[in-house]
Amino acid sequence: MSARAKIIALHGGLLVLLFVLQFILPAYHHGNLARIMVLASYAVGYNILFGYTGLLSLGHALFFAAGMYGMGLGIQHLGLTVAPAMLAGVIAGAVVSGALALLALRTAGVAFMIVTLMFAQAGYLTVLYFGEYTRGDEGFVIQQAQRMLWGIDLSDPTNRYFAALMLFALCLIVSLWLVRHPFGKTLIAIRENEERVRMLGYNIYTHKLIAMVVSGTISATAGAAYGLLFGYAGASFASVQYSIFPLLWVLLGGAGTVLGPFIGTLFMFYLIDLSSGITTAYMLIAGVVLVLLTLFAPQGLAGELRNRIWRWLP
Amino acid sequence: MTILSTQELSRHFDGLQAVRNVSLGIPAGQVRALIGPNGAGKTTLVGMISGRIPPSSGRVHFDGADITALPAHVRIRRGMAYTFQITSVFERLPAQENVTLAARRHLKAPEVDSATLEALERVGLLELRDQEAGDLAYGHQRLLEIAMGLVQRPRLLILDEPTQGLTDSEIAGFKKLVRELAGKTTILLIEHNMNVVMEVADQVTVLNFGEVLAEGTPDDIRADRAVQAAYLGTG
Ligand SMILES: Nc1ncnc2c1ncn2[C@@H]1O[C@H](COP(=O)(O)OP(=O)(O)O)[C@@H](O)[C@H]1O
Ligand SMILES: [Mg+2]
Repeated sequence: MSARAKIIALHGGLLVLLFVLQFILPAYHHGNLARIMVLASYAVGYNILFGYTGLLSLGHALFFAAGMYGMGLGIQHLGLTVAPAMLAGVIAGAVVSGALALLALRTAGVAFMIVTLMFAQAGYLTVLYFGEYTRGDEGFVIQQAQRMLWGIDLSDPTNRYFAALMLFALCLIVSLWLVRHPFGKTLIAIRENEERVRMLGYNIYTHKLIAMVVSGTISATAGAAYGLLFGYAGASFASVQYSIFPLLWVLLGGAGTVLGPFIGTLFMFYLIDLSSGITTAYMLIAGVVLVLLTLFAPQGLAGELRNRIWRWLP
Repeated sequence: MTILSTQELSRHFDGLQAVRNVSLGIPAGQVRALIGPNGAGKTTLVGMISGRIPPSSGRVHFDGADITALPAHVRIRRGMAYTFQITSVFERLPAQENVTLAARRHLKAPEVDSATLEALERVGLLELRDQEAGDLAYGHQRLLEIAMGLVQRPRLLILDEPTQGLTDSEIAGFKKLVRELAGKTTILLIEHNMNVVMEVADQVTVLNFGEVLAEGTPDDIRADRAVQAAYLGTG
């Protein structure tokens, strides 16, 4: 089998598996998986910037929240229906990530981390400041009646699962296409050796700018979908915690692999879920497992898979 | 026609004057060797020509235009190719992908694959194209650098000590390559191996303590007493 055929079989296989699982899984896991697929879409977006371009952002919650509030406020205060509200979320993400890219890409390394962190924090405070509209920490519920898309009730678990799967499939395919496209390969090269890429005649700045907008827009799309599918928007999604999550998921699953974000999100979700069922000190168990993973699988789960058996893994 | 010229180009690093008032003019198609002891300022000079290092003063003209203010990637787009003295390949990418990245910026999509394979063939790395660049022997990494320069089909090819670490037969291959390119491609070659300089250069510029000490044909330079004293150590 050619590498291309293997790649299609593996990634397509995962999507088919996720499709079939909805008929088999008990309600509890069914709901979890819908949530995981949306969060994994967020991680896919994060991975484009961090895993493939090599830029460590600590501010992606800003994009996730831009999507969530672009969508949520549109529904709540402008009376938008679902499709235009989703579009508003996506556009908000693109604009915010473009603006932050223009500012943050003047820096590199640790300064880039700090600038993204600070702007995301400013975004979080903005959400709190405009509490009259956003309802701050408390957040606001998006009612069932507001979550109808073309007559389909997105609060219904089956529809929700299917919508989450569509979103995840779209993000996965975009990410797979991107990293096999010459533009994505140039991003990988920038991650590997930026100065060399510059001296081959590439404009590093525009490449990073585009990568950041693509990454931010995917993250925002996930944020908008999360608010819509689970019916709630709140300031906690703009907090620093939600900037750290995708970093952890991607690191665990394998930075710079297409499947890594999903694997990492799934793993982390169930790690916390299972350990909190055993003990109240579940963060301790989660912490120990994370340390073990960084020791024994520093490239993340999919990264180790690529290093050891599947060299062709994109 | 002069394709590349520098006017009074200088660069200092804090108190250290690495390059001082260097004015060069290289006619299109010439193979120009740049020689001089370690620390003479050769890498700094080509860094200013290619845009990696901003000059403290002076100007650079390429192909009739003043490019002093242009960023490196734009100069490369205009037909310069730069190979690094300290090997700078994409270690975790296959050799072929290294060359493809170089080709893609300069050639039309349908040409990229064949041009990549041709460049690898010319430096003798075709068989090793699937190996990760970081796994290649040092000399092979040097050759990969050269292939990355070649594949861009540059009008000006800047090579910073390309033969360092090559075996005798690889050096012979390199000399042949330069002779094939000569006339069509302008080459600025920093080279320590005098053998190579004498055989391939049309003209030689000697740099010493950041200044041009002498300029002439290889034979002139070999006969120059100042050069012998400063550099060849035979004066
Ligand atoms: N980035 C730098 N910072 C400080 N000094 C430098 C730097 N680059 C080069 N130099 C100094 O400038 C001088 C010329 O260096 P270089 O151009 O690398 O010489 P060459 O290539 O002829 O060996 C040396 O003394 C070197 O130490
Ligand atoms: Mg040097």
